[in-house]
Amino acid sequence: MRRLLHLNIPGALAGLVWLVIVALPVYWMVITSLRKQAGYLTADPIVPGRPTTAQYHRVIAVGFLSYLRNSAIVTFAVVSIVLVFALMASYAIVRGRGWIASGSFRLFLLGLAIPLQAAIIPIFFVVNKLHLYDTLPALIFPTAAFSIPISVLILVNFLRDVPTELFEAMKIDGASEWQMLWRLAAPLSRPALLTVGIFAALQAWNGFLFPLVLTQSSGTRVLPFALYDFQTQFGINVPAVLAAVVLTTLPVFALYLIGRRQLLGGLTAGFSR
Amino acid sequence: MRAGSKRKGASPLLALPALGLFAIFALVPMIVVVVLSFTYYNGISSPTFAGFANWSRFLHDSTTHHAIWLSLEIMVLSWLFQTPLALLLGVFVSGRQRYRAVLAAAYFVPLLFSAAAIAITWRNLLDPNFGLLANLTHRLHMSWFPTSWLGNPGLALYMMVFIISWQFIPFHMLLYQAGARQIPRSIYEAAEIDGAGRVGQFLHITLPLLRNTIVTSSVLILVGSLTYFDLVFIVTGGGPGFATRILPLDMYINGFERSDMGYASAISVVLVTAALGLSLLLIRVTGFGRFRSTHEGA
Repeated sequence: MRRLLHLNIPGALAGLVWLVIVALPVYWMVITSLRKQAGYLTADPIVPGRPTTAQYHRVIAVGFLSYLRNSAIVTFAVVSIVLVFALMASYAIVRGRGWIASGSFRLFLLGLAIPLQAAIIPIFFVVNKLHLYDTLPALIFPTAAFSIPISVLILVNFLRDVPTELFEAMKIDGASEWQMLWRLAAPLSRPALLTVGIFAALQAWNGFLFPLVLTQSSGTRVLPFALYDFQTQFGINVPAVLAAVVLTTLPVFALYLIGRRQLLGGLTAGFSR
Repeated sequence: MRAGSKRKGASPLLALPALGLFAIFALVPMIVVVVLSFTYYNGISSPTFAGFANWSRFLHDSTTHHAIWLSLEIMVLSWLFQTPLALLLGVFVSGRQRYRAVLAAAYFVPLLFSAAAIAITWRNLLDPNFGLLANLTHRLHMSWFPTSWLGNPGLALYMMVFIISWQFIPFHMLLYQAGARQIPRSIYEAAEIDGAGRVGQFLHITLPLLRNTIVTSSVLILVGSLTYFDLVFIVTGGGPGFATRILPLDMYINGFERSDMGYASAISVVLVTAALGLSLLLIRVTGFGRFRSTHEGA
């Protein structure tokens, strides 16, 4: 009874309008990707036709799997580097003394404000100087570097709440700092590491600007850049272009279905607290 | 028992790998870009000293001035469009009702797409010949209805603001949802006993208590919109004409399409300075850095 009286009718209506704005493009994308190219223009765009996976086969035939592999390698490498480096740095900042610990924390905080887009020209220069242009490491290192500040911020906030007594007890048992880092700090910060890992993975998986500027050949092509390339390659074959879009998003969508809470936590890493 | 190093706590050396990587790919570039802005550099041969040539061009290049103006415009429009919608929707989905949880799960779906995926979808959806919009208006015999949304210089920028908002509103909604859920229920119950209506509760309880979230979200929108690139690059490429050529795009086109990286570096320096300055200014003005402690006090 009370529930019904409380139903926010204007709110619910506005909520439905927004649902249409969000869902319509996604719905159109999915049903169109399941169409044939022939007849696409004359078919009713809202009513799904008889589904065919022809466009998906086409996308796979033009190298999709090798781009997928490149994206997977880049994502895996970025996540590994960020998790290990950021955890080590955060441990040093929380457990260490002196100006290096506090100074590096301040440096990372400042780094949060450096916009990746604005740094692209000098990064191109540095990558060239290191002879990394058009290699996967050219994507891995800058992506990881720009994920580190926020990761350190999250992990430092988390590790600061770990009671000092735990570390002291392990120390009395004769553990070195290195052992405490991996046997105590790492398992304890698992939730924060999950957030950091998801954040870094999404940065790597979805990043477009670094691939655009730092790679060139199809051997180093990753998915977001491949999408852009498909657009020119397939041109007016809209269903094929959209099939590629759906395919690149499927892994993230699967993650969303499995662990919505964790994925959203990784997305807003550090800002929602 | 060995004392010494163990007593002192963790070795600062542990921070070195992260610091090193960050220095090479984020800090060193900040110095490099300033140096490059005083050179002629085409991206292939070695840079040569150019004095203030790039900077004096920056002062006189009307395309770049137009780009700066567009960036400011897109910044203000993005804020005006995203903030009220994200705030209202975020508070709406912070409710624990079942239907709102279902709606929220759908609302967050745009977050799963990469900027490239979103850009390509909208570009095709709005295509004046092959898109959904064109098809629908044709079928409904609405030939009077404009279909060339992205090709119209007067509309393209607004369409970009809309697409950018489609991508980012869910993110800010998520921030507001988290913020609104931290407001204790008891405050609303007390207000209800005092006879406050829904609008009154929103204006006098929700809004003031979300102050910190509004600040966080606004900072992210304002600084972020200064550096939007992917979406605009793929959807319009800066066009039609110069209608959506915002500053990061002007930088990219000069640097990578015209191989004038010296001049692009000058634009880059301006962008970095503006973004850093804006962040610091907003932090100073709003007390953003203290938001954790005020939250604990509330």
